[in-house]
This record gives sequence, C-alpha cells and structure tokens, in this order.
Amino acid sequence: MKLYCLSSQPNAPCLVLTFKDCTVMLDCSLDMSSLMHFLPLPVVHSERLTKLPIWKPYEDKESCVGKELKDCGGHVFVDSSLEFCTPETGLLDLSTVDVILISNYHTMLALPFITEYTGFRGAIYATEPTLQTGRQLMEELVEYCERVPKLQPATKWKQPDIIKTLPSPLREAQNVPSWRKCYSKHDVNAALSKVRFAGYAERLNLYGALTMIPLSSGYCIGSCNWVIQSEYEKVTYISGSSLLTTHPLPMDTAPMKNSDVLVLTGLNQTPTYNPDSMLGEFCSNLAVTIKNGGNVLVPCCPSGVIYDLFECLSAFMDSAGLTQTPMYFISPVADSSLAYSQIFAEWLCISKQSKVYLPEPPFPHSELVKNGRLKHFPSIHGDFSNQFKTPCVVFTGHPSLRLGDAVHFMELWGKSSANTIIFTEPSFNYLDALAPYQPLAMKACYCPIDPTMNFTQANKLIKDLKPLHVVIPESYTSSPTMLPHRNDLVVETDPPPTPYRRAEVLPLPIRRRYEKIEITQELASTLTPTEVKAGVFVSTVNGALIVKDNKYMLQPLPKSQSAVPGKKRKREEEVVTKQPKHYVYGNLDIDEFVQNLAKNGITDVKVEDSPGGHIVHLQSEDTIIQIEDGSTHIFCEGNEALRVKLRDVLISCLPKF
Amino acid sequence: MAEIKVVPLDVGRSCILVSFGGKNIMLDCGMHMGYNDERRFPDFSYITRTGTLSEHLDCVIISHFHLDHCGALPYMSEMVGFDGPIYMTHPTKAICPILLEDYRKITVEKKGETNFFTSQMIKDCMKKVVVVNLHQTVQVDSELEIKAYYAGHVLGAALFRMKIGSQSVVYTGDYNMTPDRHLGSAWIDKCRPDLLITESTYATTIRDSKRCRERDFLKKVHECIEKGGKVLIPVFALGRAQELCILLETFWDRMNLKAPIYFSTGLTEKANHYYKLFITWTNQKIRETFVQRNMFEFRHIKPFDRAYSDNPGPMVVFATPGMLHGGLSLQLFKKWAPNEKNMVIMPGYCVAGTVGHKILNGQRKIELETRQIIDVKLSVQYMSFSAHADAKGIMQLIRQCEPKNVMLVHGEAKKMEFLKQKITQEFGIDCSMPANGETVSIPSQSNIAADISVNLLKRNAALAGLSSSLSTDPKKLCTLHGVLVMQDHGMKLIEPSQALKECNASEHEIRFTSTVSLPPVSMDALYKTLKQRFTGHTVQHTSDGSLVVDSVLIKTANESDEGTDVLVSWPYQDEELGSSLFSMLQSRFCKTEPQ
Repeated sequence: MKLYCLSSQPNAPCLVLTFKDCTVMLDCSLDMSSLMHFLPLPVVHSERLTKLPIWKPYEDKESCVGKELKDCGGHVFVDSSLEFCTPETGLLDLSTVDVILISNYHTMLALPFITEYTGFRGAIYATEPTLQTGRQLMEELVEYCERVPKLQPATKWKQPDIIKTLPSPLREAQNVPSWRKCYSKHDVNAALSKVRFAGYAERLNLYGALTMIPLSSGYCIGSCNWVIQSEYEKVTYISGSSLLTTHPLPMDTAPMKNSDVLVLTGLNQTPTYNPDSMLGEFCSNLAVTIKNGGNVLVPCCPSGVIYDLFECLSAFMDSAGLTQTPMYFISPVADSSLAYSQIFAEWLCISKQSKVYLPEPPFPHSELVKNGRLKHFPSIHGDFSNQFKTPCVVFTGHPSLRLGDAVHFMELWGKSSANTIIFTEPSFNYLDALAPYQPLAMKACYCPIDPTMNFTQANKLIKDLKPLHVVIPESYTSSPTMLPHRNDLVVETDPPPTPYRRAEVLPLPIRRRYEKIEITQELASTLTPTEVKAGVFVSTVNGALIVKDNKYMLQPLPKSQSAVPGKKRKREEEVVTKQPKHYVYGNLDIDEFVQNLAKNGITDVKVEDSPGGHIVHLQSEDTIIQIEDGSTHIFCEGNEALRVKLRDVLISCLPKF
Repeated sequence: MAEIKVVPLDVGRSCILVSFGGKNIMLDCGMHMGYNDERRFPDFSYITRTGTLSEHLDCVIISHFHLDHCGALPYMSEMVGFDGPIYMTHPTKAICPILLEDYRKITVEKKGETNFFTSQMIKDCMKKVVVVNLHQTVQVDSELEIKAYYAGHVLGAALFRMKIGSQSVVYTGDYNMTPDRHLGSAWIDKCRPDLLITESTYATTIRDSKRCRERDFLKKVHECIEKGGKVLIPVFALGRAQELCILLETFWDRMNLKAPIYFSTGLTEKANHYYKLFITWTNQKIRETFVQRNMFEFRHIKPFDRAYSDNPGPMVVFATPGMLHGGLSLQLFKKWAPNEKNMVIMPGYCVAGTVGHKILNGQRKIELETRQIIDVKLSVQYMSFSAHADAKGIMQLIRQCEPKNVMLVHGEAKKMEFLKQKITQEFGIDCSMPANGETVSIPSQSNIAADISVNLLKRNAALAGLSSSLSTDPKKLCTLHGVLVMQDHGMKLIEPSQALKECNASEHEIRFTSTVSLPPVSMDALYKTLKQRFTGHTVQHTSDGSLVVDSVLIKTANESDEGTDVLVSWPYQDEELGSSLFSMLQSRFCKTEPQ
C-alpha cells in the first residue's frame, strides 16, 4: 500500500492511494495560491493597471523578462493570463487511476487537467450537490477567465536561473512548472460527464476488491470524508470537515473508528479566528460603513458560507434599521447557486431538512429574493447597472481579487475611505490579495469565517478514532510560519504522524494477512474435522478456487479431468493430484502398530530397538520399517500391494487431519 | 440452510411479512380502499397472537406514499402498537402524512366513521419514521442492513434491498421501468438477491408506446371539450396528476385552447410545492432545466372552486381521490354522470369495490352507500397511466438484479400465472405467487464464510502460474490446498505448516523407499521417458546421477549386465505421484518378467 502526494497544500489536496491492485485518487484540487503573483484581470479597462511601471532589476538595466513583470508599490506581479497550480503529473502514470473520490466542491477544481489530459479512463465519484456546486465554481472560473481580452502568457520569468534573481515573494513561488492556464467550458463538461453520484453511507464497490464509503463531513452541502476498506483493512481519508452547527448535515465519524491508516487534510486555515465572533465583527463593520454612506464589498465564493451570511445579515440589518439597504449577489452562477441550494434538503442539517415537510424552502434567501432584499445578477453588465443603488452590500467573486467582478468594485470603491471591503474567505491572505490595489483608501476588514475543524478538534478526533497510523501534510507537524510560538497549532498523535510532501511516495505499513473466502456447502459436507487441540477442529481441504469480481469461493474439485468429453488427454501422460489428502502428526505407538498389522494379516514381524526408536522387520517380504520420533520410513522391495497395506495400517495408527 | 419466509397479509393492498436470518420485516402497511369496515386494515392478529408487534417486528419499510401502501401505518403503530423503526424516503415522509390526514378527514369528518386513527396518531406515527436516502446503506441493527433504489412510480418511491449476512431480499413496491414526463425509470444494481418480491399489476399488458397513449388521451379530452362536454379526471393529489398537468399545459399552449382546466385546491398547490423542493427526485430533463423554468409552475391550470361545477360550457377538472371512492371526484361524478356529453377518464388502476372499479367494469347503474342510484351515461375512458412496470419492465428488472427466486404480488391471478411461466422459462428460476395469508418458504443455500491467509492465496496463485490477482484466466482450473482451522465459531484456511504450528503439533514424516529391477537402461533414457510422461511435474537430473521428479527420488542401487536395480523414494506428501511413478516403472520396464 502506497500513498502518492500530488499536492502538499493542505487545503488543496490531491493524493493517490494504491491498495490491493487498485489505484484511487483522493481529491483533485486546484491550488490557487499562484494567483497572488499575478496582476488582476479587470472587467472594464483600468487606466491604473495599464500604467503600472515595468519591473527592472536595476534603475538603468533592461530586464531580461521583457514586459512580463510589473511593479506596484515595490511589489512585483506577473502581467499575463492567470495560472493555477495543478497537481503533480509526473509521479505516476495517471491513466492507471481507477477511480477519483471527491470530498467537496472545493477539492475538485483540477479535474479537467487530470481527466482530459493524462489518458485517464476511470470513474469519478462525488455527491450530487458536490457535482452541481463544483460545476458552478468551474463555470464561474472559466467565465471570469474568458470574458476578458486574451492576454499573452508569460514564460520568460519562469526559467529557473531567472526566478532566483527576482524579488520576494515571486522568487519563492512554489511548483511553477505545474502552473497552467484555466481550462475551457468544453473541458469542464467532458470532465464532469465522467462523474457518478454517490450518497452518504453508500457502499461503492471497486472491482469487488474495495468498498468506498462517503460519510457526511459537515463542512458544506454534500461534502464528505471517505472510508476505503477491504474485508480486513481500513483507510480513512478526512478532507474539509466541520464540527460546527451550520447548514450542512453534521459530520459522521463513527464508521471511521479503528482505521489502519488515517489521512488528515483540510484543517482550519485561520485557527486563531473564531467564526462566531468574526460574524459579529462582520455585522458591526457593515453597519458602521452603511450608516456613513459607504458601500460594503464582500469578495466570496458563490456557494457555501454566503447562504449563512444572507440569513444572518438580513436578520441583523432588520434589527439595525438597514432593511432598505440592498444586497447584491453578482456571479455568472448566482441564479443556479440560489436555486440548487433549495433542492438539496436531504443533505442539510435537521432543522433545515424539516422545513420541506411544511413545505417551505430550507433557506430564507428565496424569500429575500421575492421581496427584493437580495438581488442577483450574472455580471455588472446589463440589468445590474439599471438597478444599482448605493449604499449597498455587494457579494461577488473572486476572493483572490485577481478575477471576477470584485476587481471592478475594487477599482470603483478603492479610492474612498467611506467604503469597506470585508474578507470572509480564509483561503487567501488578505494583505496579499490587496497588494496590487495599493495605495488603497478603502477600509479593509479581515473577518475570516472558516467552519472547518481546528487543530484541537482534530487532535481530539484522532484520539477518539484510534487509527494505527496517521498521515498528514508536512505543514501540520510544526507551528504556522506566521505564528511560530503557537505550538498548539500542530497535529500530534501517538505514534507520531507520518508527514507527506509534494511529489513524495509514502509506503504505508499495512500487511494484509487475511482475505474472505466462501466454502460451498457441497465441499464443506465432505470435510471431517479432527479435534487437534481442545476446541480446535482441523481439516485438510483440497478444492477448486473460483475468483469472481475479486471474491474467492472454494468448491469441490471436478471429478476426473479425463472424463471431460471432447478433451481427451494423451494416453501416455500421467495425471496425479499433487496434494496430500491429509496430514499425520505426532508419534507412532509401536505396540498399537504391531497389533494393527496383525489384524491385517501381517504377523510375521520382528521388532528391534534401535538408537532412535524401533525397527520392524517383515522377514518373509524383506521389508524394513524404521520408526523414530516423528518419522517412519518404509523400505520395500517391489511389492506395491504390501506397501499400500503397510501405509494404510501406519496411517490408521497416527493422529491426522 | 436458512430459508426465507414470506407471508402476504392481504391482497388488494400491500402488507407483506418477510422473515429470514432471524429477523422479521414488514414491507408496506397499506389500506384497502374498497372496504369501509375493519377489513380495510390488515389483520395483524397473524403476528400478534404470539406477542406484540414491537416484540415480533424488527422494522417496517414503506415503499411509497400511496395509501394502499402506507394507509394503515398509524393504525398499526398507534392503535395496534409498534415502537420500532419505520423506514421511508424523504419525499414519502413529507407527503404520506398529508394524504393520511386527507383520507382521515373524508372518512371521519364527512362519513362520521369511528374506530379510525386521529390526527395526533398520524403525527406520533411519523415521529417513528427514519429517513433513508437513495443508495445509503442503513444499518437497522448489527445484522440487518437496508438500501433504497429509485423506483420512479411516484415522487420518492423506492425499491428496497434487505440484507442479513450473505442472504438478501429485494422488495419493489410499485415501480416503473420507462421514464415519464416527470419521473425517471427504476434502477437497481446487480445485487443478486435470494428473492425478488415484485409487483405485477400489469403482468401481461405490454403497453403501447408512451407517446401513443399520450396522444390518445389528448385526443379524447380535446374531442369532449369541442362538443362542450366536461372532463373529469379523478387523480391522487400527487403523482400521475402532475404528469397529466404537464401534458395538458403544453397541449393547451400549442393548440391555443381556451377551455378552463381546474385542479381541486388545497392539496394540489401544496403538492406542486413538494415537487419543486424535491426536484432531485424527478427526471433528468426537469432537473436540468429547473433553474430557468420550473415545470411545476402551471399557467393554464387554475384552482377549482365548488361553485364552478355548475358552470355551463366545457372544462377539464382534476379531482381527488383517484378511485372515485369519496371526496370531490365522487361529487363531480354524481353531478356529471347523467350527461352523455361528459367524460370521465380513469388514469389508473382501481381497487375492487370502488366506484372507479365498477364503472370500469361497464356497470351503468351505481348504487351508493346512501342508497342513491346513479345512472352512468357519460363516456367512461380508461387510460393506463399508472406508472407500473409492464411485463417487459418486470423482465428487465429481473435481468438487472439477477435474483435466485422471484415472487409476484399484486395483480390478477390468470395474468400472473402467464408471467410466472415466462419468468421460469426465460431465466430458469423459481417463481411463486402466494395467495392471501399463505406462507411461502424459499429455500436458500448459503455458502460458509471463512478467512483465508493471504500467504496461502499468493502461494496458490504462484503455483498456478498466475499473477497476484489470481484472475488471469477464469477457465483454467485453480486448485487450492490448505487446512481449515475452526475455533470459537471462526474459520480460517491456512497453510498446513502454520496449522501444525498453531496446534503445537509436529508432522509425522513418512517416507517410502521401494526397489524395482529394470532391464539395462541408462539414467538419460529414463530421464527422457519420465519427462514425457510427467509433463505437469519438474523432472531433474542431479549432480550425483539420480533423478528427481518433484520430491520423488530415483537412484541406481545396483547396476549389472542383466539389469539395473533402481530405488524409488518418496515422502508421504507425494504419495500419489510416488506410487504412480513406481507402478509405471514396474509395468513399463518389467513387462517381460511379470511378478
């Protein structure tokens, strides 16, 4: 059993597990941290961005990377089409992957790169909400990338000898050779057409060898963790999971107990921020801004926490007398996101689930849309410009501030200190996100709302689950670089966890010892077990092994092979069974043996003592039987009939099974 | 070994008791719509004579929300008394209590009947419901697990598989194998159950294509309203009604028709709401387009008001309930029946005893409970829109799941008999169709489960010259030799040496050495002969001039001009080879001088 690590970013996992001749990919995430090194893609022409100076290493020297890099307040950015860090593809032949298991809609965005460009022929499993929401995220990404004028890709700066001469943080950019530009709409459709639906606690079967079970992870609609097991071994893969009570169905941990291996990823990215107090801070900042006539920009993902935000904010704004302030939700997939969230009741927490029995939609945002409090638009163009009223709250993508309509609002509102941008998504450092917009007059609030498990919860969970081995991304073994003194922000287990790094192959210490087999009634009825030890019954078995769908079955051996019609054996060939019918053990009682010989008509025997035991001499036949502790040797002249008789008497005097 | 026992508690409604692996499961708990006395509920005394229902039953499974499948549930759980789990899907849990309440109102409040369950009982009963998602494996207890599959009969309808150890039973409830305007078709995996219990309502009808039936329906409706007649379509609030609404809605659009279409209120609007919230349970087309246009928001279909029933001119009215056994549909029927311009279209199966069943059988005078006699002059049309599997569909499901036995329930005996023959012929499996209350025992032989050491498996694989996966050539016989050790109810197959070790026993080694006198022959010649004869074995020349065939040793003891004395020596483990080799040498080389 081996684990291949195709991505080391703990919140953008992509791993491959080989187990019982099956190759299983666990998640297929796109690492978007690369976006931080690029200039934003403006929705409408931006004077400011085009006028940024070209970066030069020295005042007087021309750069060898041409116009690829731009300088914004001392920070260097790549000016090209955006690129995303894809999983490692050189570590193993990805066409051998049998199945890809997806945990949630955030961890599937690299699928087209794997399924369309590596010869992949397997199946993909995801829950229905994961597929639908994942499709929305991918479509949004493609739309954001494609609707702006095409930019030239930049390649010169990537050369290894040039990168190291560049200023930080570009110099430290990770895994640059794996950076790719976005896929197309066609790639998305082709990749997602390979997805099959999985339901919580469904037992999915892989070639009869493995059972794969998705379990609710409590993180977002349809999110899951995976248990991959054979009859005797169990591997648990925990991806983004939450123990908080928000809208998704709570986390199901019981079936993950006593795993042989536990792979843990997707822990909280902002463990020092409490989601509840962040929500409070979010609300008070919003209220202050609106009351001062400013606007609020919330860069966000089009699904997930925003459903909770809509619900909480509308209630808060009512109580703060801001009922008239409009909320705008702008995304190419805003309408599907809102519609789909209402039809996945069975994937939601019990209180939301029970609403459909009334029948009412699970989330209140249908009501907010109906009475005009929440307005949604595919983009800032068209209808939106007619209905746009300030002050307002705008929810739009992308949280990286490098693409999407958020870029436009940054250019529009950035110059005024009355406006506020509130960051809720934990996946990007907000200062890095803001860097290409500096200098900025707008207020920036950082209120990350990350519902995922923190380190304390994870350590406690591991203790409860009692896995034999724990495997984690390397970064979980030491305190975060930004908080070196917080040595509680690590995963600690006993025995210590095995860390993984990108492009590494970890052998997992699992020895398979047993497999299940079925014995047919027909064969079983021919067995006559012997009680060899008190309570232990033993029988030798010779059977025909049938292997079907990796399931083993033992049935009686076919009668005689030569009896098979139309398949005559050559007369000359001897057919013998190679295996003994039973085993004899222990020692021979010489007196009993002689008595039994007599019973079978062999009386002409002479017993002599020998150094190791006895020698029985059948004088008339010139036959000698040498008996020692644990062994008997019969020396016969050519009389086969006698030998067989002696053999049978001998066997009858020995214990056997 | 263990048998599977099935007792249908009644025909005309679904309520089946299945017992296997030491568990008792009740499949559906339906009400008989044709009776108005205690006979409408199943007779649970069959179970309760040996104790309470809770003691006897491990769980109840409800396949879908039709009352002939769930109508007796509150009676059973609250009046007879059952506290165990009741399993059903989400939509069934949402819709079932509404239909129960609706039916209760008609029976108790309108007809003034007593000895019927109350609203509170329906609520208490629903508290015992455990929701099952499609394909989720639900562990009822440590042994019994159940799994639901899509059935496509009505919103939320499911097929159920129950499994205990290696034995399993599939119960279909009602299902449909052809996707319709709002639902998809039933699907099940190749789960090879020991028994498939399938409905066979349309056992012999191979229904003509869906499109023809739809055209026929639209033509009849159109003709009737052209003549100024009124069309009554008795339906259940959920299910067929929505499909027919979608059908009429698009037809009215296309033909630009003006005649009003009404839908009896209350239940219906709510019903459409359920369809909107449970879109994931409808067919692919509706699911893919619901963001742009929700198919369950109708433009031409308006809520019905009782006052409209006397309006002049044509109209189409969908009214509940579906078998004309009460409520608005019966009221409208009474009013419209005497006019031959009008038409009633029965879009589904009707249980014997109901007015629907009577008029479908051609009865032209109907006597109601009030002794009132209705003259049936209007045109009576039957359209089999009920989403049941037809004979072809049933065969298809059997092919999908490959059961070892089939049992038919629901339907007319003669037709079922025909289907039964067809199943036995085509699949070569047993098929039964039990009468009411008759116990059917299905013998089922199950294999014995054991553990096998991976080392033993791998060694056998290596011996057979196969790769580690063992599955290279399915036709080649792969023999397995091992030792079965039984201890503390556990069984494992291990290597002989390990078995001896575990039992603290050491093998008693037996060796045979026999002498045979051969005519002068070189070891090389002997080698060639043996190599030819024992192709399946390794024949080797050793350095000291002896021959080895597997573990059998052949050695020259005495060589002279007259002949060679050869020693053949083998361990007991290779007895068969040793003795046959020895006999071969004896018979082949000593033919001239027989012993």
